[in-house]
Amino acid sequence: MAKITYIDPQGARHEIDLRPGMTVMEGARDNDVPGIVAECGGACACSTCHVYVAEGWADRLPPMDPMEEDMLDFAPGVEPGRSRLSCQLTVSEALDGLVVEVPQEQA
Amino acid sequence: MSGVIVIGAGQAASALAAKLRAGGYEAPVTLIGEERDPPYQRPPLSKAYLLGEMPRDRLYLRPESFYAEAGITLRLGAPVTRIDPQARRVHLGEEALPFDHLVLATGARPRRLPAAIGGDLAGVFTLRGIADIEALAPLMRPGARLLVVGGGYIGLEAAAVARKLGLEVTLVEQSARILQRVAARETSDWFRALHQSHGVEIREGVGLARLTGETRVEGAELSDGTRLRIDLVIAGIGVSPESGLADAAGIACGNGIAVDAQGRTSAPGIWAAGDCAAFPWRGRQLRLESVQNAIEQAECVAANIMGAGRAYDPHPWFWSDQYDVKLQIAGLGQGHDHVVTRPGKRAGSVSHWYFAGPRLLAVDAMNDPRAYMAGKRMLEQGRSPEATEIADPTQDLAALMRAPARQTEES
Ligand SMILES: Cc1cc2nc3c(=O)[nH]c(=O)nc-3n(C[C@H](O)[C@H](O)[C@H](O)COP(=O)(O)OP(=O)(O)OC[C@H]3O[C@@H](n4cnc5c(N)ncnc54)[C@H](O)[C@@H]3O)c2cc1C
Ligand code: FES
Repeated sequence: MAKITYIDPQGARHEIDLRPGMTVMEGARDNDVPGIVAECGGACACSTCHVYVAEGWADRLPPMDPMEEDMLDFAPGVEPGRSRLSCQLTVSEALDGLVVEVPQEQA
Repeated sequence: MSGVIVIGAGQAASALAAKLRAGGYEAPVTLIGEERDPPYQRPPLSKAYLLGEMPRDRLYLRPESFYAEAGITLRLGAPVTRIDPQARRVHLGEEALPFDHLVLATGARPRRLPAAIGGDLAGVFTLRGIADIEALAPLMRPGARLLVVGGGYIGLEAAAVARKLGLEVTLVEQSARILQRVAARETSDWFRALHQSHGVEIREGVGLARLTGETRVEGAELSDGTRLRIDLVIAGIGVSPESGLADAAGIACGNGIAVDAQGRTSAPGIWAAGDCAAFPWRGRQLRLESVQNAIEQAECVAANIMGAGRAYDPHPWFWSDQYDVKLQIAGLGQGHDHVVTRPGKRAGSVSHWYFAGPRLLAVDAMNDPRAYMAGKRMLEQGRSPEATEIADPTQDLAALMRAPARQTEES
């Protein structure tokens, strides 16, 4: 298990233990964390699962593939170095302790 | 309070129920679905799930516990047989359930090849539900000969999966070109070349005359006289909106269940959303078959049940995965008079921009999410770039998005 903490747009913290192999998006969706819309269900096609990863985490995550990188070029509210698509982050033990912040707006 | 009953427990139903609860709706909410699985996403059925790369429970839109915790009743494996708009009841055989609001989210049903031409032979499939894939997947063995009938997105996705699994694939499309109904010639050409490079035999302008075999399909005869030996058929020849219940109850239907801008049918307190519903959009009745539409129309209906009085005014988008290509579409291209091709930043990425006069209508982006996202934002803002700027790859998309607005949106 890996503990992932989501900070929702209202500032509430959701600490959730996730099974390795799930995605950070699925963890939010299955536990009803507000603000992660995930319209395309994880197909890397919509960008409505955008999150900001907490300081110190960006370099510890698996690198972005070109699709994810290009999607994030024009998504609203993107902050280079902090923004990821949570459907592309697969949970592993290495992600234990990860904190992600859910943006105010998804599109 | 009898609350809300939703007929159908699919993509739209699930979004509607979640939105009602998120909006503070407190009366009972019941989803009644014919299928046995809790609400699930269909797109992977012709992609990762058919390929065998995705476990079944990952299709589910939410875990079953979500519905229980949110006070949403799921009645699965339960076909609704009749609705009574006057008495405000839905019937499941003998049982009758009362409602305050009823939402029809019954989706669409795939068209089948007629039995008269062998459409009822074993080995002939359509792709709509988990059950279809469970029956088909074990037959998708290397070396098997597959005939795909229909060159729309589902047929093309199935062809791509089949090639990955090592089947021999022939695809017939009776129109002059694949994707004719939904895309411009440029996009058809692009996908034809993609599939040919992966070894799919594509026959356009050729229909299926009949399938042959005793009980199981063994052969096909095409309209040009060609005979093929085949083991399997996948028909991707479109869907019909599931409007039978509404029609039988006297609710107005055309190409689907007719709703107004808020999602109301012709019967008071009865709404419709998703693949089954045709809504007014820019002067015509439009019916969409997409996840975007199922979710956003359902959420709009949920808000209106709670009194929002909101009109559904979508910015349609869609995607499709074939081999290692992701196609993303923003907008609707129907009615375009020219298409501009824009090479993307990366090798192999390209986008097609549909215009009607000066007005941007849609963008098809192949492995080019930047073009998709830029086009989507421009369409949402009702602005159009100059075709010459789009055609020029040295013009930066980010700059074009910031350029002074040239409003061309229809109001
Ligand atoms: C193979 C496939 C691939 C797709 N790929 C994409 C894609 O890549 N991108 C995209 O945007 N869209 C895609 N779509 C389309 C998308 O899945 C649909 O638009 C969406 O599921 C529509 O949601 P819905 O709730 O209206 O209908 P559905 O999800 O079909 O749900 C309707 C439900 O109602 C039930 N029902 C019908 N009548 C009754 C009754 N009388 N009683 C009880 N229950 C009933 C049905 O059994 C069904 O479960 C795809 C669809 C398919 C089939
Ligand atoms: S869920 Fe759509 S991009 Fe992540």
